[in-house]
Amino acid sequence: MVGEEYRRWEGDMEALYVYTAGVAGDRFFREIRDNERLMGTYCPECDVTYLPPRLYCETCFSELNEWEEIPNKGRVDAITVAYVDDKGERLARPKVLAMVRFLGANGGLIHVVDLPEEDVYRGMEVEVVYLPRGLRKGSFLDILHFKAI
Amino acid sequence: MRKVAVIGAGMTLFRRRLLETGKEMCFQAVQMALEEAGLELKDVDAVVSGSAPDAFDGVHMKGEYLLDGAGGVRKPYMRVFTGGGTACFSPIAGWWHVASGLADVVLVVNEEKMSSITPHPQYAFANIWDPILDRPLKPNLVWIFAMEMNRYMTVYGIEKADIARVAVKNKRNAVDHPAAQLADPNITVDDVLNSEVMAWPVQRLDISPPSDGASALVLASEDVARQVSETPVWISGVGWCIDSTMWTNRDLSFPEYLARAAQQAYGMAKIENPRKEVDVVEPYDPFDYKELHHLEGLLLADKGEAPILTREGVTQRDGELPTCPSGGLMGVGNPIAATMGIKTGEIYWQLAGKAGRRQVPGSPQVGVCQAWGDLMQFSSVMVMRA
Amino acid sequence: MGRKWRGTPLTAADIAEGRVATAEWRPEAKYAWSAGESIGRFLEELQEGHLVGRKCDVDDTVFFPPRSFCQEHFVRAGEFVRLKNTGKVETYSVSYLDTDARRLEEPVYVGVISIDGAAEGMGFMHFLGEVEEKDLAIGMRVKAVWKPKKERMGAVTDILYFKPV
Ligand SMILES: [Zn+2]
Repeated sequence: MVGEEYRRWEGDMEALYVYTAGVAGDRFFREIRDNERLMGTYCPECDVTYLPPRLYCETCFSELNEWEEIPNKGRVDAITVAYVDDKGERLARPKVLAMVRFLGANGGLIHVVDLPEEDVYRGMEVEVVYLPRGLRKGSFLDILHFKAI
Repeated sequence: MRKVAVIGAGMTLFRRRLLETGKEMCFQAVQMALEEAGLELKDVDAVVSGSAPDAFDGVHMKGEYLLDGAGGVRKPYMRVFTGGGTACFSPIAGWWHVASGLADVVLVVNEEKMSSITPHPQYAFANIWDPILDRPLKPNLVWIFAMEMNRYMTVYGIEKADIARVAVKNKRNAVDHPAAQLADPNITVDDVLNSEVMAWPVQRLDISPPSDGASALVLASEDVARQVSETPVWISGVGWCIDSTMWTNRDLSFPEYLARAAQQAYGMAKIENPRKEVDVVEPYDPFDYKELHHLEGLLLADKGEAPILTREGVTQRDGELPTCPSGGLMGVGNPIAATMGIKTGEIYWQLAGKAGRRQVPGSPQVGVCQAWGDLMQFSSVMVMRA
Repeated sequence: MGRKWRGTPLTAADIAEGRVATAEWRPEAKYAWSAGESIGRFLEELQEGHLVGRKCDVDDTVFFPPRSFCQEHFVRAGEFVRLKNTGKVETYSVSYLDTDARRLEEPVYVGVISIDGAAEGMGFMHFLGEVEEKDLAIGMRVKAVWKPKKERMGAVTDILYFKPV
């Protein structure tokens, strides 16, 4: 605890968080787990479908009860390549991440693309690959990655 | 300064765990408040968000996180934070938006989701302590309240039974609150006195529970309020004050900082004799002794007198000074900042004559709400008129 | 009133048994807080077995624990002053709760102790020991009990507890 010039005190802020996915999130993840499909919520007032789904429309504040299936096919809208992991350690193989937008949906999903960096480009068509049924737990990681079509 | 009215209030159920995310809770509370005000989100000019430490929800920059559920997207939006004191402080921030002329309609939305942190919210409270002076002793936050309560009892010669009466009153009052988490129509003083000792003199039934919940208020300028509301409730005084950050250097027997905040609010509201003029009060009651401490700090009782008033029934819903008619944090629950719904929200409902089974008799005209927070050193006070 | 009081209550089991979707996260940040000038000196002196305060030069108020500035006069604080090892219990609690809200078999006694020679009421939190619960009292005179010198590390825990004098 004793430095040369000054003293400091070390510690942490220990906690385990368990977040509920919420009313809309619960259905979203259940649909992924049980039915291998992406579902959004539709606002008839604003003619907008939210993905990920929300309980309410952020613009007109209506409660959203209409669910719509989102086609399993989207387009890469933005790309980044990670060379280090979340602890700052160098990755053995760079990881390509993409923000993918889906036709007719407001929003998008960010996930890994299963391709080398040089093969991923903005505007390319990809689809969602799910984990096998028995391994899906009702979380975002039930989606394994995006793959090229 | 312009006149500002409260024209709608809403809140979710207060529960140990809710399925709803923080955003979704905010949405539900806001929907209820807007419905009562007869307004829609498009009528709202600005939004104030209030919540206590990020460490409960487990999301940093919680104001930003809650934004869409609070109705703040593409509007002037800000978060205020004064710990538990946020419960009456974010309404004050909402008030200055309207009083200054910046906005005509403001939404105030408070939220806390304390179930996210496991196994117990204590894990977040542990990080409130000074890391060098306090934390090496491995303290529990209840200690600080226990020590304040002990000092209060010793300096004024207060019996625990007289403090327990607050828990009994509030948990019984909460039976009439549709959102209540810990209402108990049959609780007795003996139940409180015989409950498990946590940190003497604090026993289990002296403490409010951790909760999930959200609450919302709609504030409006005089023009708008008179147009849309038949029962606007006017904010006639506000005050807030904070004491030294060194809690071990403060006198814990009397909340001097609250007396200062109260005097600021009474001065603005032109209240000369609060004991005579205030008809209903919602002091912050995360512990039973805090209601008493706060009645004294609000200058509604002399030092050491609040327990006697409680024993004599003065603070019952049908007493001379109805205190925590909502059921308070002790009975309805304690989702820290979201207790706005049973403080500012309750005084609004009481003065508007909309408190239903909780309505105090005699159509009250002047109400006071108060909250307390940071490291037990901050208070916010609001005086409201029918 | 046709108000809608909403919210969907869950039990602990709903979450533990996976009846609703949840996500988990354990923050792993490690912190190192700089003690700063005054508390740095305070910790150094603790290691040597002394309590130290610091003076405001405007009115000679002695702060304990020491501070680098006076919050009243808003000037930089002056000299450090060594204080006695003794003081007074301003308040206390008998706690059955540990820091994680788990129940302790045997309670700990904890109090705020104002230190002799510091300004009226200026103290810090510490444990009380070598005392029976029934003898604990506000106003009681106490004295620091130190760890053996080689075990001290420059921390408030270099004092084991305060005992009655
Ligand atoms: Zn919409």
